[in-house]
Amino acid sequence: MLTLNDLKVGETAVVVRLHGKGPVRRRMMDMGITKGVPVLVRKLAPLGDPVELTVRHYELSLRKDDCALIEVERQTDAGSRATPSR
Amino acid sequence: MVQKGIKIALAGNPNSGKTTLFNKLTGSHQHIGNWPGVTIEKKEGSIKGRKDLIVQDLPGIYSLSPYTPEEEISRGYLLNENPDVILNIVDSSNLERNLYLTTQLLELGVPVVVALNFIDIARRDGDKIDSKKLESLLGCSVIETSALKGEGVDACVERCILAANGEDPHYERDKIRTSFSAPVENALREIETLIGKTAKERHRWLAVKAFERDEKALAGIPLAPSRKKQIAEIIDRCEKDLDDDSESIITAERYTAIKAITETSIERAKRQDNLSKSDRIDKIVTHRFWAYPIFIVIMAAVYYIAISLGINTQDMVDGWFGDGLIPLVQGWLENAGAAEWLTGLVCDGIIGGVGAVLSFVPQMIILFVLLGIMEDIGYMARIAFILDRLFRRFGLSGKSFIPMLIGTGCSVPGIMASRTIENQRDRRMTIINTPMIPCGAKLPIIALVAGAVFGGAWWVAPLAYFLGFFAVIVSGIILKKTKMFRGDPSPFVMELPSYHIPAVGNVARSTWERSWSFIKRAGTIILLSSIVLWFLLHFAVIDGRLTMIEDEMIADSIAAKVGTVLGFIFAPLGFGGWQGSLATVTGLIAKEEVISTFGVIFRIEDALGLVEEGHYEGVAAIAQHFTKLSAFSFMMFNLFCPPCFAAMGAIKREMNSVKWTWFAIGYLFVFAYILSFIVYQIGVLFTGAAFTVLSGVAVILLTGSLYLLFRKQSEKTTLS
Repeated sequence: MLTLNDLKVGETAVVVRLHGKGPVRRRMMDMGITKGVPVLVRKLAPLGDPVELTVRHYELSLRKDDCALIEVERQTDAGSRATPSR
Repeated sequence: MVQKGIKIALAGNPNSGKTTLFNKLTGSHQHIGNWPGVTIEKKEGSIKGRKDLIVQDLPGIYSLSPYTPEEEISRGYLLNENPDVILNIVDSSNLERNLYLTTQLLELGVPVVVALNFIDIARRDGDKIDSKKLESLLGCSVIETSALKGEGVDACVERCILAANGEDPHYERDKIRTSFSAPVENALREIETLIGKTAKERHRWLAVKAFERDEKALAGIPLAPSRKKQIAEIIDRCEKDLDDDSESIITAERYTAIKAITETSIERAKRQDNLSKSDRIDKIVTHRFWAYPIFIVIMAAVYYIAISLGINTQDMVDGWFGDGLIPLVQGWLENAGAAEWLTGLVCDGIIGGVGAVLSFVPQMIILFVLLGIMEDIGYMARIAFILDRLFRRFGLSGKSFIPMLIGTGCSVPGIMASRTIENQRDRRMTIINTPMIPCGAKLPIIALVAGAVFGGAWWVAPLAYFLGFFAVIVSGIILKKTKMFRGDPSPFVMELPSYHIPAVGNVARSTWERSWSFIKRAGTIILLSSIVLWFLLHFAVIDGRLTMIEDEMIADSIAAKVGTVLGFIFAPLGFGGWQGSLATVTGLIAKEEVISTFGVIFRIEDALGLVEEGHYEGVAAIAQHFTKLSAFSFMMFNLFCPPCFAAMGAIKREMNSVKWTWFAIGYLFVFAYILSFIVYQIGVLFTGAAFTVLSGVAVILLTGSLYLLFRKQSEKTTLS
């Protein structure tokens, strides 16, 4: 399973599914990390964690432990802003 | 337009400019309290010049899901308190995520007015937002605002009045803003029929919540068990069809609907390098290498400014009291023929005691202004971002740093700042550990030990601060490994807001609120305690009668007796004489009192002032009372022991639990006691003293502490 943690800085991927359950997962979804959304790994904090992402035109920071719950898929045309088909 | 009062609920995401708008709307007509049962600030106010228009500020939220206390409060208020209109502030530079909340608010059936805030920034960046289009797509009024500049604020008020009276031409109550996919819409329709007559209104909202399996939203609806079962079957079927759980389906489809709305109403400017101003600043301040040096330089500058400016102002305030007020009042009282004891009580006890505390106010204000600016700009969020990894090792979150930073000024606002930490466990940890950071009032203790006992050694003061942070780290690790605090750290889902120019009003307000929490105690607890302390120091029981005594006889005073009784507790720490014990106990009133009490005991006029101004030769009598080791032990105990009464009060308010308050106070006492015990008893061995029972106890305590610190953490619990 490919997760957000497997992406390099500067890479974009599309969210396939959120694992885990409960408040953390719902919070991530409320912040816009939902199925089909492209996420850009923008940078890592100086000590490698947390991770700064760009999602839905804004910056969000998540810990690596939580990123591990986000299954993603690399797009062949990485970086395109088009809405992926459901 | 005479009518009964209108209740406006102000809702919006964090960092959407909600505080600024609230301040602009209400001016000084604010009432600040707590929401019942939780320690989240509740702000209410009336519109400037319109007492009949009440604005209720709701906590900053991203969604109306039932998980965080903020969300539950907002939901509870919106559903049960019947506001007449919701003023929803949205950040136009971050429209997609902000409208996520808006669409949920619109489902409640309460009229909504949207304030499209930061519109000036969107315009400057070249984004074109068609607010008319947005208005028709959302089915409610959309008003372009810049809360900071005051633009559009009056228009918001006018539209809210219209909307509350049902006269808003743009509000369409029953419009479906977010249409979900066909299978979901079918399921929702079926659920709506099943809920049917059991609920009076908000059928769509209830259906969506039922579909999300949000039990709390349905708690008040008396649904028959058979219907509940039918609803569960409908959801199961839909989940199978779409191969996802219902919560994910709703959030994902809601965002899809919002994307459709924003795509038709926003024309985003093409950015040449795809970097906004904030990005460019972030490139430097969160740089892999430069982030920490920049952080250290900024913090050093903040404290340099606060302390160097503070010293001058401190002298000024001291002057007002010492050379101005005290002689003046003394003159009055003597002319009026007041008894000698009364003059002493008023001048030395009350004015002296309260004045000593107030002399710290200017320095504190400067510090709070600077920290407020850092907060308002958005740098505080970056500090949490770059320090999170480090703090997590000690069982704290990156957000714990901010309360500790403020705690260097005064623990009271520091403890209050822990409110921004969402996770309860992290918040409790932060509240317990924040008082260990040397606050402004503990500085004279450090200065006394460094200047008078260690002959001005440069390394004592930095060592004290270092010990403060070291204690927080050690204590964090030990606590994290206990049963109470075990488990994974809380999720860190944090938005890094765009940098903003700080709003003068916001900085002024936060400075005022924080300083006031410090000043207030001078007028209450400290005033009372100063009176009691003065009596205890100046009266003695001689031949069974309460008698006022001369200053030379202070060793006979009631206070000295109390100190002697308590002495046995502190004897193993090296300061068991009544003087040291008494000073430590008076430190509970306010940490400045420690030095003032020594002053009274050793009959030194204005000991606190002498220490602050660095005239250590004047306080030599105090220094002679200590050895270097016992002075160091004394300093350590006073740095880490339970804080002053005001801070204890803050702990009680923020913990919101008697049990946890006592735990925090007891823990701090035990922690400080053991640390000083180990340092003193083992230190004594190095000066050539014989190995005693106490040394043995110290070795056992040291071993025990090291065990607690380094023991393996038993298996991790998984994310709940």
